[in-house]
Parts: sequence; C-alpha cells; structure tokens
Amino acid sequence: MLEVKNLSMRFGGLLAVDQVSLDVQEREIVSIIGPNGAGKTTVFNCMSGFYKPTGGQIIFDGQEIQGKPDYRISRMGMVRTFQHVRLFGKMTVVENLLVAQHRHLNTNLISGLLKTPNYRKREQKSLDRAAYWLERVGLIDLANREAGNLAYGQQRRLEIARCMVTEPRLLMLDEPAAGLNPAETRDLNQLIVSLKEDYNVSVVLIEHDMSLVMEISDRINVINQGRPLASGTPEEVRNNDDVIKAYLGEA
Amino acid sequence: MATQNLRHALFCAVVTLVISYPILGLNLEAWGTNVVLTGANTTTVISVLLAAVAVFLFQLFRDRIMGTLGKLPPISPFANREPMPQAKWERLKSAFLTLLIIAGLIWPFVASRGAVDLSTLVLIYIMLALGLNVVVGLAGLLDLGYVAFYAVGAYTFALLSQYFGVSFWLALPIGALLAATFGFLLGFPVLRLRGDYLAIVTLGFGEIIRILLNNWTQLTGGPNGIGGIPDPTLFGMEFGRRVREEGNTSFHETFGIAYSSEHKVIFLYLIALVLAVITALVIRRLMRMPVGRAWEALREDEIAARSLGLSRTAVKLSAFTIGAFFAGFAGTVFASKQGFISPESFVFLESAIILAIVVLGGMGSQIGVILAAIAVTILPELAREFSEYRMLIFGAAMVLMMVWRPQGLMPMRRTHIELKKQE
Amino acid sequence: MQDLLYFFQQLINGLTIGSAYALIAIGYTMVYGIIGMINFAHGEIYMIGAYTALITITGLATLGVAWLPLVLIIALICAMIVSSSMGWAVERIAYRPVRGRHRLIPLISAIGMSIFLQNYVHLAQGSRNIGFPALIEGGFQFGSGDAFQTSISYMQITIFVTTLICMTLLSLFISRSRTGRACRAVSQDIGMASLLGIDTNRIIAATFVIGAALAAVAGLLLGMYYGSIDPLFGFIAGLKAFTAAVLGGIGSIPGAMLGGLILGVSESMTSGYLSGEYKDVVSFGLLILILLFKPTGLLGKPEVEKI
Repeated sequence: MLEVKNLSMRFGGLLAVDQVSLDVQEREIVSIIGPNGAGKTTVFNCMSGFYKPTGGQIIFDGQEIQGKPDYRISRMGMVRTFQHVRLFGKMTVVENLLVAQHRHLNTNLISGLLKTPNYRKREQKSLDRAAYWLERVGLIDLANREAGNLAYGQQRRLEIARCMVTEPRLLMLDEPAAGLNPAETRDLNQLIVSLKEDYNVSVVLIEHDMSLVMEISDRINVINQGRPLASGTPEEVRNNDDVIKAYLGEA
Repeated sequence: MATQNLRHALFCAVVTLVISYPILGLNLEAWGTNVVLTGANTTTVISVLLAAVAVFLFQLFRDRIMGTLGKLPPISPFANREPMPQAKWERLKSAFLTLLIIAGLIWPFVASRGAVDLSTLVLIYIMLALGLNVVVGLAGLLDLGYVAFYAVGAYTFALLSQYFGVSFWLALPIGALLAATFGFLLGFPVLRLRGDYLAIVTLGFGEIIRILLNNWTQLTGGPNGIGGIPDPTLFGMEFGRRVREEGNTSFHETFGIAYSSEHKVIFLYLIALVLAVITALVIRRLMRMPVGRAWEALREDEIAARSLGLSRTAVKLSAFTIGAFFAGFAGTVFASKQGFISPESFVFLESAIILAIVVLGGMGSQIGVILAAIAVTILPELAREFSEYRMLIFGAAMVLMMVWRPQGLMPMRRTHIELKKQE
Repeated sequence: MQDLLYFFQQLINGLTIGSAYALIAIGYTMVYGIIGMINFAHGEIYMIGAYTALITITGLATLGVAWLPLVLIIALICAMIVSSSMGWAVERIAYRPVRGRHRLIPLISAIGMSIFLQNYVHLAQGSRNIGFPALIEGGFQFGSGDAFQTSISYMQITIFVTTLICMTLLSLFISRSRTGRACRAVSQDIGMASLLGIDTNRIIAATFVIGAALAAVAGLLLGMYYGSIDPLFGFIAGLKAFTAAVLGGIGSIPGAMLGGLILGVSESMTSGYLSGEYKDVVSFGLLILILLFKPTGLLGKPEVEKI
C-alpha cells in the first residue's frame, strides 16, 4: 500500500537521505533502523509531508504523495508520532483526542452555534470514540487531566491513541519506546501488534530498541548515513555482514 | 562584588540622567521661524534628579530589595487558594455576566446623556476587543492591523448610506460580512507567515487601507471623511426631531411623548449592548466547538496539529475571518454613533489600544477583556489630567504586563470538556 | 535628455533616503540576527536621536558656537550618547526580562515601549513639528540653461558619505574587534557562545547600543534633510527601515545596506512618477511581497524548520 522509491533529501550541501526505498504491505509492521544521524527521521518527515523531498517518489494507495501538504497526507490515512512527544500539553487528555478528530467533525459553524441535534450527536460520537481509545491504552481514569502532567510512558501511549482516533491505515511511529522502562516497552509491543491484528493498521517503526524491533517487525530496512544498507526479514538482517559492521565495527 | 555593584548602580543612574534630562529638561519651542531652547521648570529638573537617585539606590540594594519583595506575602488574597472546581467557576462566571448585562440594561435610564454616550463607546471597544481576542488570545496570531476591518465596517455603512440610502439594519450584516471577506482575502496569503512577520504584515495592510481611504478622495472624501451618516431606526421609527426619510415615522410622535435627543443616545446604546452580548455569547460558544479546540491546538503545537490533519491555513483563517467579522460589526455601530467618520479614527494607535485591552485583560479571557475595555475607555474620561498621559501609561502597562504577568490581569481559565464516567 | 535628468534626480534622492534607511535598518537586523526579535521601538530611538541633535544644535546656537563642523560633531556625539543610553535602557527594562519567552511576548513588550517613548517625547516636547535648521546648504547642478536640472545638494552628499563611513567602521568593528567576533558567535549559537565564556548579556546590550548609535546618526541626517521633526516621525521611518532590513535579508548587515538603497530608490521613483501619497503604499506592499515570497530576503540565509 505504501511504496517509497529512491527518496532523496538534500539540505543545502548535505545529502541527508540518498536513494532510500522501502515498501509496506497491508497489515505489516516494517521497521527502519540505523545508527544515530542515519536519516531515519528525515525519511519520516518526507513521508509525512513535513519536508518536500528533493528526489524520488512516495506512493500511497496508488497516489503520488511526495510534496503534498502534511495535513492532506494525514487525512489520507497516514499518521505519525514524534520522537519527542508532541501533545497539546495544556489541553486535557480527552481533548487531545477530540482535536485529532477535527476533520471528522467538520460541521459548519452555524449548526455548532445553534447546537443542532446533528451536531450534538457528532460531538457525542467523537467523545465515545475518544473514550474507547483511552480505555484501550489504559488512560481512561486520567481522561480529564492536563496532558502535559502525564508521566512520560502515558504521554507516549496517549500520542498513539491520538493517532488511532483519526482511523489511520498506516501508522508511523518515531522511536515509540524511547524513554520507556522494560515493562512499558512490553506493553507497547503488545499494543503495536494488536493495532495490526485487531485494527488492520500497517505500521512503520523507527526504533533503537533491537529486542522490540526483532520481535514484532515483519521486515526491516537498515539505513546508514542516508543510504540504504540492507533490508529483509529480521532473521536476514540480523545475519547481514554489512549491518553488523555498521553497528559494531568501524566505530 | 560591592565595588562592582556600586559601579553598576552609578552607571544606571547616569544612564537615567542621560535619557531623561535632555528630553525632559530642555524644551524646544518654535518662536515664529526660529527654534529656541527653554529650560524646564524646577520641579521637572528635581524629579529627574530624584529619579536618578532612586535608580541608583535601587540598583545598589537590588539584591536585598528583591529578596524582601520575594518574601512578602502575595498581595492577592486568592493567590494561594486551590483553583475552584470547574462547575463552580462556570456558575460564578455566568452569574457575573448576567449581573453585568442587567446593570447594563438599567444604566441608560439612570445615567446622564454623556455617560450613556461614553458607555456606547465602551461597548464598541468591548466588541472590538472580544473580536481581536479571538485572533490574538485564542488563535495566537498577532494582528496589528485589526483597525482596518473596523474601518471597512464603518466605511461600508457610510458609503452605502451615502450612495444608496441603505439603512443601519441592512448595513450591519453587510458591513460585518464585507469586513470578514476582507479578513479572508488578506488572511489567505499571509497566515502561513511566522508570528512576528505576520504582525508586521498585518500592520502594513492596516496602514495601506488607511492611506487608500485618505487618498481616494472621490469615493471616501479623503481626510475630510464622510458625514451625515443616519441613525438606526426602530421598526421604521426615526429618532430625529423631523423625519428624514419618507414613509418613516418619528419615535416621539408615535408614542406621543416630547422629543428628546436622549432617546436616540439610549437607543444606540441598547443596540450596542445587544450586539456586544451577542458577540460575547457567540465567541463563548465557538471556544467550545471543534473550531475553538483547533485554534488552541494550533497555538500550542502547530506541527502536531498539522500531523493530525488540521489545515494550518483553514484553522487560522477561520479565526482571522471571525475576528474581522466582529470588527465590521463594531465599525458599523461606530459610524452610526458618530454620524461622521474619517481616516483619523483608524490609525495604528487604535489597533494598539485594542491590543492593549486584550493584553491587559488576559489573552483569551472574556471577562478580563470586558473589564479591561471598560477600564481603558473610562479612566481617561474620569481624570482629565490623566488623559494626557493615557498613551504613555498604556505603553508602560503593556511592557510591565509582558514582564510580570504575560497572562494578563484575569488569566484565561480553560473550560475543559469533561469525559463523564460511563458506568 | 530631460527625462533622463529627471530620472537621475529621483535616483539621487532615492539613494540619499535609502542610505539613511540603511543606517536605521542596521539596528533591526543586528538585534534580529542575535536574539530573533523585532525591536519595534527602534524607530523611536531614531526619533529621540533627532530630537537630541536638534536640542544640542539649538543649545550651541544660544551659546554662540557657530563653527559648523564643531556644531555638527557635538550634535552627533550628543545624539549618539542619548540614543545609545536609551537603547541600552530599553533592552534592560523591556526586553531582557522577557527574552526566551514565546515570540509574541517580546514583540508586545516592544510595541508597548514604542508607544511609551513616542508619548514620552510628545509630553516633554509637544506634539507639533519643529523646524530643523538646514545647516548644510547649496549643491551642484547638472544640466544646462532653463531646462530641468539635476542637482545634488551638499546635504545629500553628506548623508551618503556619512553612511558609507559608518558602514565601513561597523564592518571593521564586526570583523576585527573582540566584541565584534563575540557578536558573530552569539548570533550563530547563543547557547554555545555562553558555554564558551562569552558574556551574552553584554553582547546583546552592545548590539542595542550600536544599533541605537547608528539610528541617532540617521536621526541627525534625516532631521536636517527633511527640515522638521515631530514625535511620530520615528514610527514610519522605523517601519521603512524594518522593510529595508527584511528586503535585504534580516540578520545580514550588507543586506540592510542593499535593502535600504532599493527601498529608497523605489520610494522616490513612486513619488517622482506616480504620486507622493502612494510611496508608503509601495514600501508596505514591497514588505508584504518580500515576506510572502522570499522571507529570507535578498542576502539572508534560509532557515530550516526542525522537528
């Protein structure tokens, strides 16, 4: 469903991403790994429309999406999280999830001002959906807290829930396990797998935690210094000489 | 340390002298074609010296003074209280607003004509400030050309009535919609700019509109403005001594009471009151609607909001357009109240005053903005000698607010949407 | 020939005004380059410079000092001292406490400062405009006979030369002196500079002082050139200079010079060929277009947004 072909991104004289390709099928978890500064997040930024790539193609559901504005891409069903959690800190947990449903609630101003039954029904529906996902990620008891006051692990889960209420088809997670303790990482692991199994969402994952990556990925892409280094199943990647060298040797 | 402190304190005192003595102590006066210099009176010179001494002493004992100040109990009795539960706060707020409206309704029948007239102006400023509050306080967009939309509303009414004899009631929606359209058109290209650039660009737009009004003499009368703008009518009843338009009756004749020019003033005041209340209520609703949440989300974290499918332009544009709409509203009322408008009334300073109201009231807070609008408009009238210093104090207040209390006198309290426990 | 002479006249007028704009623009561009804020009150600092210069000149005339170079130099020095002190005080009072807060907060503080200073001078010196004596008179004439002549006044030459001298001194200062080097370091990375032991507060104060001093020079020059001043005279000039800074690429000193000249010329061309009333429209329009289509200006560096 997603195909990235020869993606390149140049900042002035620096070629941050050079000819990276990857593809994601329906209901698949694909990871992107690589040393720090390899250009993983830049790939994400291009995919989510935050950067306009300087070369290559990104095809989602048969449509070229490179260079489209980010909110369009998100509305097509490709939603991301951020390496450093970006919540609306002064809004409550449930409000964070309501904002995410904005495009589903595009009611016109008049019906909202008059509180028409239709408007109320939709507001209630989005509240219900928010409640459902809060239940699902175990934050229902904190629904009316300020999002900025949550613990770090809870913020990470809230960010994923906030993506899920938009009903995406492809979820891009940028280092979701960073800063989590082992127990939280295990929970996250289960959550990601269940997103795929129960909600038919494909996942692209950037992660440093190798145990997580190896356990849940269907396929893995390795990039190094902006260039693709290897790709394949976890087993293949684990035994790839170039990968071992990039991670262990030469350093 | 001590010598360094002394040197710093001396330096500050000298700077104080340098920046105040030449400007305050030596006054330029034009005598015919010549310019002569006169020394200021002794009080000014003594105050300048005292100020320098005060700065010196303050800087010298800065640490100790600040330390003592820090230990003082907070002035506000509410400072240490737990925040009220939301439901209670909401009830209190509604009660306060209702009281304010009732007081507003009784006011014109007990106050003098001049006071009622001034109150109408206060209400116009309330409308303007509430509208700008949407743009600055809720959406976080600094609009320094807000007065342009006010001008669009006022000129729309003035021109429509002059050329087509359009009445106040028809001009009111047209003016507001036209102002909103202007907001939309201007906003469309500029809203992707970063905050401070946006501020300067809106300032530029405001100035361009004013210059155009000033120079497009055939249409707008240029600096001479447009006069003879009609008063609003009440179901076809006019408030003048004689009926201006055929088919209308006059208010005092219909009710068989003696003519009084006060009727008109009161009527205008009541219109302004109703419009201000409508403005406040509409904006209050908007804050709780998806669009209000979107403003807030975009203000808090634009990148995250965009990643969730919120269109930056659409969301900002809605705030900009709605703000402009209410400015157009206020402009129409203003034109009708004055009966005469000219570009004089729509200078940058006016934008700055409205911004000052929003900032002093607490960005985003409606009650705060309403109270600030009342204070800012009425204080200079109460103390005439104060009015000369009005802008000086505004400027100083804006700086001080930003330094000490950027959230304003009555900071906004967010109204959360609560998720009820499902049993 | 006639048309050409007319054109050259507009060009000369434009370059004169433009170089003075450039002097003011330096203040905006240096401050923006270092702390990323628009010093909205800079136009007022320039206005105060002009007032101080006029006060000094009038004072000297009362005292009977008549030798022109001496009068000008004393006026210049006094204006620079007062403006610089003002710049220093403004930074200390209104900007330093809010540094690092949300972008709009320093800007609102700056607007407040601008309103305050305008009214400070207004209250002290009255709101009427006051005549500024034309101390430098005369000039060269080109073109012959009764036809239209192009003229360059000595005043225009003075403005141009003074600007050139100031700009040269400034570039030497920035590239050679210790403080100048520290300025560049701070504008690249303020956090790193302070880790390396640079007193960033002092450097930021220094930029305000330098910017204010140059604005005072412009105040004296333009005061003489226009022939009168009033408390509002800094506001529009400030906006123009800001436009010049943005046009050239905010943060870039050669950019401010270039932007000032382009703006000055386009303004005088508008007055010369269209109408004087619309010259402000042209410069604001130019500002809006630049910000919309090339916000980095002509010589500015692009900013990369980071997540």
